[in-house]
Amino acid sequence: MFTDDAGKGGISAGGPGNSAGSNRRSGGDLVQLITPGGERVSHPEFDPWVQDVSDEQLGALYEDMVVIRRIDAEATALQRQGELALWPPLLGQEASQIGSARALRDDDFVFPSYRDNGVAYCRGVNPEDIVKAWRGNALAGWDPYTVNVATQQIIIGAQTLHATGYAMGIQNDGADSVAVAYFGDGATSEGDVNEALVFAASFQSPVVFFCQNNHWAISEPVRLQSHIQIADRAAGFGVPSMRVDGNDVLAVMAATRIATDRARHGGGPTFIEAVTYRMGPHTTADDPTRYRDANELEDWAAKDPIARLKSLLERKGLLTAQLETAVAAKADAVAKALRSGTINMPEPQPMDIFKHVYSTPHSPLERQQDHYSRYLASFGDPAEAATEEGAR
Amino acid sequence: MIKEFRLPDLGEGLTESEIVAWKVAVGDTVALNQIIAEVETAKAVVELPSPFAGVVAALHEQPGTVVEVGKPIVSFEVEGDDGRPGAGPAGGAGADGAAPAKREPNLVGYGAVLENSGRPARRARSFAAPTAAPVTSAPAANAPAAERALMAAPEAIAPEATAPAEAAPAVPVAAPAPADMPAEARPGGTTTVAGERPRSTPPVRKLAKDLGVDLALVTGTGEFGLITREDIRNFVGGGDLAVAPRGLAGVSTPVPAPAQGERETRTPIKGVRKFTAAAMVSSAFTAPHVTEFLTIDVTPTMELLARLKASRAFAGYKLTPLTLVSKAVLIALKNHPTLNTRWDDGTQEIVQYNYVNLGIAAATPRGLTVPNIKDADRMSLLELSTALTELTDTARAGKTSPANLSGGTISITNIGVFGIDSGTPILNPGEAAILALGAVRKMPWEYQDEVALRQVMTLSLSFDHRLVDGEQGSRFLQDLGAILTDPGMALAMV
Repeated sequence: MFTDDAGKGGISAGGPGNSAGSNRRSGGDLVQLITPGGERVSHPEFDPWVQDVSDEQLGALYEDMVVIRRIDAEATALQRQGELALWPPLLGQEASQIGSARALRDDDFVFPSYRDNGVAYCRGVNPEDIVKAWRGNALAGWDPYTVNVATQQIIIGAQTLHATGYAMGIQNDGADSVAVAYFGDGATSEGDVNEALVFAASFQSPVVFFCQNNHWAISEPVRLQSHIQIADRAAGFGVPSMRVDGNDVLAVMAATRIATDRARHGGGPTFIEAVTYRMGPHTTADDPTRYRDANELEDWAAKDPIARLKSLLERKGLLTAQLETAVAAKADAVAKALRSGTINMPEPQPMDIFKHVYSTPHSPLERQQDHYSRYLASFGDPAEAATEEGAR
Repeated sequence: MIKEFRLPDLGEGLTESEIVAWKVAVGDTVALNQIIAEVETAKAVVELPSPFAGVVAALHEQPGTVVEVGKPIVSFEVEGDDGRPGAGPAGGAGADGAAPAKREPNLVGYGAVLENSGRPARRARSFAAPTAAPVTSAPAANAPAAERALMAAPEAIAPEATAPAEAAPAVPVAAPAPADMPAEARPGGTTTVAGERPRSTPPVRKLAKDLGVDLALVTGTGEFGLITREDIRNFVGGGDLAVAPRGLAGVSTPVPAPAQGERETRTPIKGVRKFTAAAMVSSAFTAPHVTEFLTIDVTPTMELLARLKASRAFAGYKLTPLTLVSKAVLIALKNHPTLNTRWDDGTQEIVQYNYVNLGIAAATPRGLTVPNIKDADRMSLLELSTALTELTDTARAGKTSPANLSGGTISITNIGVFGIDSGTPILNPGEAAILALGAVRKMPWEYQDEVALRQVMTLSLSFDHRLVDGEQGSRFLQDLGAILTDPGMALAMV
């Protein structure tokens, strides 16, 4: 049974069964369009939303997932090699990120968490810009307005408020774009997310709450945080929700299209719970073997999002040597560019810290800037110091 | 070429990790990102992927060893260049002498800065480097120069020589005191508790490092013994205000090394030297000099200085002990005008100045000069500090105008910057008095009927006995001492 849910990793960490009681399943069944074995299964409500996905597009989704897994692996290696201070791996969450991000329009605006690096990639952020903040070379790696992706939020769940506020702005503008907030299962326990849901519902704002339930809030299992399905929390706010297999790229894409379509047509917010699994550590500074069962990882490895799509392509006869070569070449090229871009990244200059604080001139900041430049000048010029020394 | 892999900070702010196991051996060919070792940090057991494709040249640490972040753990023989700026992936501080990094990154790859906790620094194990040696002795003839330089760099094959220095960035660079400073003239020892790093700020620590000064040997004059930029400069003898004592010739000019075999060097007497000599002779043999000394506890003045420096009104201004002493001299002078006079031999008159042009003896590139601040008695402390800074900067640049070199009425010489306590200054010709400031030292001193460590200074005052009697000179010196011992006394004198 693939419908593992909140129960795993805790009380009944034994077999791969569904330990959740039926009283906790009010949110409906998990929507799935591709089985872990790669079989396309039909779903009357969701099928129409992905009917247009061509064979070629399926191959492109496969390429995206392979490439972001490769970015993730390369960045993890770069951290181990001392090139990045920290890295939050997304291993296992590729289908959730690609399926949702590829369902968006260019004029939609994404508010991601720190782990949504696959989403950033889809939106056109350069791989080296994705790691820039993790190298400590910038407070944020990209200009949000060039790619319509806000800077990654470290504070758990805070971006849901930003997304709701942005969506209210869309309403004021009379536009039909959508704001999408990405967050995790742990974030749904935060006040910010609850407030965002209240406001989104009250104003019927065009915002999609995309929750990747990866089962672990660092070392806290999801079952300790919620006694009902995460998707069911939305009902309390009057926000409709869906619960989809987060390792199924088509199911995720269909759900996201349903939600954005509703938002574009004045239907208000939607909550999507993508049930997936964080196969790696919380960050490179974490050791998940200390708090979770090895069996659990094994169970989820059998539901791997990339292997699943690969099987589907195989079944459809689409997994040609040509496709595999092209995908491998693309992943290699991106990884190489990421590595070289990281290692040769120019060091930030001290005065850069003042650059993006205010959009307009600001006198207290200018005063601080002036003080700081004088402080820096007080270090003196090493060459001058050497000359002074030599002159004595 | 040989590339080193230094142990990075694998968690957030870790300082060390234990090598659990090597997954490769010397001579193995490894691919980029191939797992080469298993390492245990305080947080997790992690696998280390190779940052290079190449052949393992040396494993520097045995399994079971705890290694500090930043230490080389493995070396690779790598073909060509991978476009990496530094030598090692942990970056920057590497052995690449041909392309020195601008600064050492201290977050990525270096972890938290190691405090000098007294824990013995772990030396990297020495190791035979048979694979490396041929490279060093026979650089490829067609290799770029920079690459040859890297090959020849001893660090590339001798990490045990470089590691200790790099592993302890917080330890001040131990350097002998500058050779031109007599050992007995060094300011007193450290004022901090043994083992505690002397208090200072990052710009000052950098200045000390650049000048090769061991902060432990410098006496801090700032608040709570904070070592300031001035303290460093004073320690090395330059001084922000490079003021030379009169009568102590040639302090600021290094003696040119004599050519081999030459036992004497003859330099024509000219320029500033000639002028200085004439002035000194004229003064010494015209005005009968009397010199008096007064040693005082200037702790309250130093505390006042620290408060003023921290105050908003003086932000951006340069305040030094000299600024306050100058102000004190100007205040004390109001009640003792005889020290601000001139003996006019031609007209047989005593000229009483009703203004003060305060001369400051300065060692400049051209020699000793005594530029003066016009109408210093009318200046506020803020104006005085600005004028002193201008005077110093101009004098050091050798650009003092002749007008500012003449017309002085009384002078100050700050021999303390050389670590000197007292002397018998010679009068600037035509002036009635000159004050020499000694070094401010922490010394055991009577304080509220007990012995305490106080900041103590000696004032040396020379005056022209034709114009100033012993009583007048003594009272002036006493008043000056009273202000510096208790700055509040100034209220009673203005």
